[in-house]
Amino acid sequence: MKHKQRELGGRPVEFYGHGINHLQDVEIKGRLIVIEGPDASGRSTQIEKITARLEADGHAVLNTGLKRSELVSKGILEAKQNYDLGRKTLALFYAADFADQFEYKIIPALQAGYIVLADRYIYTLIARNVVRGLDKRWCHNLYGFAIKPDLVFYLDVEPSVLIHRVFQKNLSLDHYESGADIGFSNDMYESFLIYQNKISREFHLMQKRYGLIPINGNRTIAEINSDLQHRIDQFLDKVMHS
Amino acid sequence: MEGKLIVVEGIDGSGKSTQIHLLEKWLGYKGINVFKSEWNSSEMVKEITSKGKKKGLLTPTTFSLLHATDFADRYERNILPLLRAGYFVLADRYVYTAFVRDIVRGCNPDWVRKVYDFAIKPDLAFYFKVPVDIAVDRILVGRPKLKYYEAGMDLNLSNDPYESYRIFQGRIIDQYDSMAVPEGFTIIDGTLNIEEQQKTVRKMIMPLLPHQVPSKKVRRTQS
Repeated sequence: MKHKQRELGGRPVEFYGHGINHLQDVEIKGRLIVIEGPDASGRSTQIEKITARLEADGHAVLNTGLKRSELVSKGILEAKQNYDLGRKTLALFYAADFADQFEYKIIPALQAGYIVLADRYIYTLIARNVVRGLDKRWCHNLYGFAIKPDLVFYLDVEPSVLIHRVFQKNLSLDHYESGADIGFSNDMYESFLIYQNKISREFHLMQKRYGLIPINGNRTIAEINSDLQHRIDQFLDKVMHS
Repeated sequence: MEGKLIVVEGIDGSGKSTQIHLLEKWLGYKGINVFKSEWNSSEMVKEITSKGKKKGLLTPTTFSLLHATDFADRYERNILPLLRAGYFVLADRYVYTAFVRDIVRGCNPDWVRKVYDFAIKPDLAFYFKVPVDIAVDRILVGRPKLKYYEAGMDLNLSNDPYESYRIFQGRIIDQYDSMAVPEGFTIIDGTLNIEEQQKTVRKMIMPLLPHQVPSKKVRRTQS
């Protein structure tokens, strides 16, 4: 694609689907790096370490995640407590939360040349919806307004390993992250394994379509970190010197 | 589907809410199970939407998604289960309102339609067609102030809320008009008097009623 008069280092954004009208001509200078993975897969630890390293290297970094928008995040938490929400309702609620952060945080930071490190992105939201029986095409279309990240890592942890990490962290299983709302099993332990296996399967299906990079998450924090950091350094090296 | 879904659409001030109110009373009088659902009325979503609206923070995408959330909540909780239970569900605005407003706000039409593609097609969709000036005059009577999004101020059409409102509503009418044939709207002339409009509406509903219902009209006046 040819673009006229680009700002120094600016690039057009690439949307997954129809995109957002008023952002079609936006130019970005920053990079979007996403770390995906289930709860207790070590995402936040890794993001902390990578952020520190990137900042030490002189990059401006912005962290984002799900359920963090000014607009809806509180509402989702309240609504989940007070109401038994329908699945489509919850899916749309999360999409609104994501869209708000996307337009008010991610895009402006990318325009300003930040490296945006996202603690999960649309893939988790899609996987959750699909596992809950929502139409796959509908779920993918819903996030057609999102842009393609530069890098997406998926921390792939065996559900049987994952469950022990969850217990180490919280001593209990989260209702939603165990898929208890779906009714796979009355036994929470079993429900967790079934649910996480299904989520993991969705991620593997998305791997090709979205170019996710699977990272073996069964290893130690240090091992995973050096793997991730190495890949990020390589990427930044390549784009900075081309 | 056991029940029937009847929808009214049109711009603010087109008189659709009056008509659906009369319809609700008439069906109720006949002993039919009726349920009315209004646009943007889900308790859960309303609070959040109004917060965002007050702050003027909504982008076309978040505006669209919050209204879709509201709709989905009412759809999953009330509309669909009640239709399955055999109710006459009356919707004061349905997915078409989202289509026209979101498209005017610049959302991709294909995206919006897909977001709502889980919603079933109504048995009847009435479109109350009124020239923009008449509708705007009706709305503005006794109303000193228009709200930010209501006036379409987020679209930067004009600095004057009243002028903005007029242009915004005009664009919405254009969208409705272009949808009328493909979506199979039953067009009602919203400039006719209330009784006449209601007569047409009831005539259209008759074939949907259970057989034992007598065809004699019930005369009632509404305040």
